[in-house]
Amino acid sequence: MDKFRKIFTLDNYIVPVAAVIMGLFVGAIVMLVGGYDPILAYSSLFTQVFGDMYDFGEAIREMTPFILTGLAVAFAFRAGLFNIGADGQLLIGMTAATFVGIKFTGLPFYIHAPLAVIAGGLFGGLWAAIVGFLKAKRGINEVITSIMMNWVGFYGANYVVNHFLLVPGTQQSENIAPTASISIHFLTGIFGNARLHWGTLIALVAVVFFYVYLWKTKQGYEVRAVGLNPNAAGYAGINVGRNIIKTMFISGVFAGLAGAFQVLGVFQYQSVFASSPGYGFDGIAVALLGMNNPFGVLLAAILYGTLTYGSAGMSFGADVPPELVKIVIGAIIFFIAAQGIVRWVLGPFYGKRKKEKVL
Amino acid sequence: MDLITLGQLLNTTLVFSTALIFTALGGIFSERSGVINIGLEGLMVFGAFGSAVATYFAQEAGLGGLSPWIGVIAAIIIGVLGSLIHAVASITFKADQTISGTVINFLATGSTLYLVKLIFDGSGESPLITEGFNKFAIPFLSKIPVIGEGIFNSYPTTYLAFVLVAVTYYVLYKTPFGLRLRAVGEHPSAADTLGVKVLRMRYIGVMLSGALAGIGGATITLTTTSTFAHNTISGQGYIAIAAMIFGKWNPLGAFGAAVFFGFSQAIRNYVQLFDWSQNIPQEFIFMIPYVLTIIVLAGAVGRSKAPSSLGEPYDPSKR
Repeated sequence: MDKFRKIFTLDNYIVPVAAVIMGLFVGAIVMLVGGYDPILAYSSLFTQVFGDMYDFGEAIREMTPFILTGLAVAFAFRAGLFNIGADGQLLIGMTAATFVGIKFTGLPFYIHAPLAVIAGGLFGGLWAAIVGFLKAKRGINEVITSIMMNWVGFYGANYVVNHFLLVPGTQQSENIAPTASISIHFLTGIFGNARLHWGTLIALVAVVFFYVYLWKTKQGYEVRAVGLNPNAAGYAGINVGRNIIKTMFISGVFAGLAGAFQVLGVFQYQSVFASSPGYGFDGIAVALLGMNNPFGVLLAAILYGTLTYGSAGMSFGADVPPELVKIVIGAIIFFIAAQGIVRWVLGPFYGKRKKEKVL
Repeated sequence: MDLITLGQLLNTTLVFSTALIFTALGGIFSERSGVINIGLEGLMVFGAFGSAVATYFAQEAGLGGLSPWIGVIAAIIIGVLGSLIHAVASITFKADQTISGTVINFLATGSTLYLVKLIFDGSGESPLITEGFNKFAIPFLSKIPVIGEGIFNSYPTTYLAFVLVAVTYYVLYKTPFGLRLRAVGEHPSAADTLGVKVLRMRYIGVMLSGALAGIGGATITLTTTSTFAHNTISGQGYIAIAAMIFGKWNPLGAFGAAVFFGFSQAIRNYVQLFDWSQNIPQEFIFMIPYVLTIIVLAGAVGRSKAPSSLGEPYDPSKR
């Protein structure tokens, strides 16, 4: 029995890969049932993403908020907190960055752009810290408060845009000052005007930060200890409440940055939203796909971004409704979560290897 | 505000509350049995889709007033089927319950829109339902001032929701089944020792949540939107989860919380009637229920206690 278990843990990386393949397979079956051509659909999906430089650049642009919201949700999970509120934190961060980008004029770009980015991260973090504070001090379930804070953040963001930043007669804010833009101009040229920005680089730094902070620092150790067992952590002298607030703050910073980059790097303005763009909920999926590991989140965001960006090509090239991608993503997460099913499917292969080992 | 508008406000409150009541009750069954159900949103999507499609075809087949009830039954069936995905993954395969609930949300939004486009030739929306539910005035009772107009002149689904709150309360606290369900959520190994089939009880809890959330979703298409599209269900499932937690996993508490959220939805439609509201940005008025919920939770209600074994897969070998 022990040997059996060892084989499974040795092959831990096989499960996610198998889950992705099985998810794509489920998507193919659904397409066949619907009377579509799955091979044409998947090939047009990948052509859409990798077909030319512009689309490839735009796909990278699409992945960036997924990396950051995925990190936000995963970071909170590490402390045993379910941050379902990345959506609101993202919108608040976005609004703060837009505000700074429009109202703080006359600054040189090397001060203005970082200031706007920092404002986005800071406000996203503070928004999340409220949830952490209520959890730590009042024992309120963070799921319920973060759902509530999503709505408050949504209306709050619309309020600020509507009353302070709006171009009259439209549903969007003024453009941010050029000094606040974080577009990478020399790269946008190469990528056929795809909206590439420094935020992607910062997102990659955030991945490394996540890893170093959690596994190489004392503070990160405390966060993980709280996540594994808050009572034991408390007995060991770790201040559980302070760690909860701090974790939520950092989680919110990730989400806030994601929002800031969408304005400073991509759109240059903020819309009055009719409904939330939903990046925070995408972040939950990405975190789960990435198994709450920073590098896993990065890979998951790449997969997630590829699928969502490519879905347009799929509907254009093979007439498949783009919603199919959500079925594929759902199926992949399902297989990653219910690893027992994957192992069952892979069973014959494991059996073979086991025999080899015995011999 | 005169009496007529007060009655109308109450009536609209109940229209918005009904779907939340059903779904929150469903959440209670699931979570009381020890299975977190973050997938309520997706189960509502399934229900809304199933009822929209079934009611449409029933009305086209000339079934008239029977059509919406067929829609409700379809919603129950598809809701249960959807919840089975969650049950199989989280109970049998011991997957993380939050993850498999999230899976439901993804599969629901993806597959229902996919099917709508498939069934209705690429349209992103199901055809309009003409045979939805109509308000039904209960004789005599509907003549009572304010309350008559407010409560006893509602959709059949609203009455059904009232009944189900009472039934859920009775089932949970007054029957052996309810005791077993709660025991399984609090201390599964003790329940197992006494001969309660833990996994079976959890399956039942999750499937009941699928049925009820399905009805919740159906309520929205059959009384409010008359069609199913990508935005028919937009966050109501999460609000229902909030109502369940707010109500401390108790049917009566969840009912109160659902009515509170429904009231805050309804007040938007009426707030323009007040003079004082003209000076307040409407975004702030929209925020009120959510802010109020946080304040109430932080102040009066305090710590909400979830079922002890919520979120833990039951593994008999670890007993």
